[in-house]
Amino acid sequence: MRKAGLILGGIIIGIVLVCAVFAPWIMPQDPFAQDLDNRLAVPFWMEGTKPGYWLGTDGIGRDYLSRLIYGARISLLIGLLTVVTSGAIGITLGVVGGFFGGRVDDAVLFAITCRLAIPVVLVALAVVGLLGSSLTLVILVLGLLLWDRFAVVARSTTMQVRNLDYVAAAWAAGCSTPRILLAEVLPNIASHLAVVATLEMALAILLEATLSFLGLGVPPPLPSWGLMIAEGKDYMFFSPWVIFIPGVALFVLVIGINLLGDGLRDLLGTGDTR
Amino acid sequence: MLKFALRRLVLALLVALTVMTLSFALTRVSGDLAISIAGASATEQDVALIRHAYGLDRPLAVQFLDWVGRAAVGDFGESYFFKARVSDLILERMPITLTLGLTGLAIALVVSIPLGVLAAVRENSWIDRLVQLFAMIGQAMPSFWLGLILMITLGLNLGWLPISGTGSWQHYVMPGIVLAFSAIPALTRLTRSGMIQALGSDYIRTARAKGLSRLSILGKHALRNAAIPVVSIAAVQLGFMLGGSIVIETVFALHGVGFLAWESISKNDFPVVQAVVLVLALIYIALTMAADLLNGLLDPRLRAQ
Repeated sequence: MRKAGLILGGIIIGIVLVCAVFAPWIMPQDPFAQDLDNRLAVPFWMEGTKPGYWLGTDGIGRDYLSRLIYGARISLLIGLLTVVTSGAIGITLGVVGGFFGGRVDDAVLFAITCRLAIPVVLVALAVVGLLGSSLTLVILVLGLLLWDRFAVVARSTTMQVRNLDYVAAAWAAGCSTPRILLAEVLPNIASHLAVVATLEMALAILLEATLSFLGLGVPPPLPSWGLMIAEGKDYMFFSPWVIFIPGVALFVLVIGINLLGDGLRDLLGTGDTR
Repeated sequence: MLKFALRRLVLALLVALTVMTLSFALTRVSGDLAISIAGASATEQDVALIRHAYGLDRPLAVQFLDWVGRAAVGDFGESYFFKARVSDLILERMPITLTLGLTGLAIALVVSIPLGVLAAVRENSWIDRLVQLFAMIGQAMPSFWLGLILMITLGLNLGWLPISGTGSWQHYVMPGIVLAFSAIPALTRLTRSGMIQALGSDYIRTARAKGLSRLSILGKHALRNAAIPVVSIAAVQLGFMLGGSIVIETVFALHGVGFLAWESISKNDFPVVQAVVLVLALIYIALTMAADLLNGLLDPRLRAQ
């Protein structure tokens, strides 16, 4: 059952990754080309489809399948870069706090507590609202906000590792502190951090969609899945599939990442890191 | 206990002060406020006038201390757009957000505690797997999308619930369900793991040996012990939910604090944005402090830390 989850998650992410990387070659149409004579064409499972438009067209006649495929790029890009940014911040803080303890650890704990008190969606919206929406800004804001779980897990696992024999052996061998942190501590907590990375990536993708849906994320005409749902909102009561398709894509991708994370946890035997 | 409570209070105050500094910095690093207020068509003279009128020509430190001093007594200044006192605006809309948050929490608890208990009692059975699958689905569901889907199905197609607005209690059901989904996964998993731990403990074996009924063992002994972490996480989740209600209030056009924040962000109304960030953070800080104190009261081991 768990193995099945891992495989299913891997397949989902594999498909989305292929779509994202090879988007220009896979897309049947230009995702930005408008065709006002061909608005809201219906997807393949309904009657009266236009040939060549498998998932229909949006409110201004852009091919929905092409936009969906291009949107995979945005979701994955945001997910990966956010995790890199937030991981760098959180892991540094957590490892340093957990390893040195004392006052340093108090400061790290305080930083985590402050971070948790900040309402993420609200602050992200405010920053994007003030500085103007762009892909880079969304990645930066989410990266600067989503490091808390990395810090918590890195801190607690470093505390466990710090007192183990091989770290003592490295001390005795005369290794420098940075070397011990990078070569002894980090590799041994990496599996826990990998699980956190999947959780945070899923969260970042959902948050980007939320920001874009509220109009303060990725700017149009880029086909972010959240933005596609926002643009489809006006037609949703008459053509529900307009919001159904990008929503399902988002949901399936996030489920896939979560399945992969759960599978990894069981495979690596890292216990409960939620 | 008193020493523990005092230490916790000092920590809460320090966190509050840091968040205040950050929320002030947030609006100042992002360019010239006077220009944003004056609008695109303003002349340089207009901008200078506005800068002076709003006190933006004073040194930053003075502006900060002034704001902190006023905020400490509940004065967040005046809204640029609504031309009303920010504190009045927030107070006026807080009941809607609180109603929504508490509705969401109630739904989340009603769903996740029975599910968690059920999964724990039948650990590793298909019921357990199903509950875990449900938690995972809840975690992956984009809340704004779930809101729209419910509007189409429950609102339009079935006509059971009103689609948007705040006229009656029915208006809070759909948003409450959507908001609950953000807390259900964590609460279900916590109830499940707490119950599994409790059911494997010695006092449950004793209770079984005494021949107590299954219901009494589950309800009176196991659940009561598993409930302690659930109560404290529920408080934290309520804080997160109030912070996240901005999305749901926007989707369902509920004119609460979240909706106010969203309107203010799109209108560059900084005093309101600053104040809402601060108020929501303060509520979160108060809730986590209350949860910690409650835990300290229930479990003396925690006070020693």
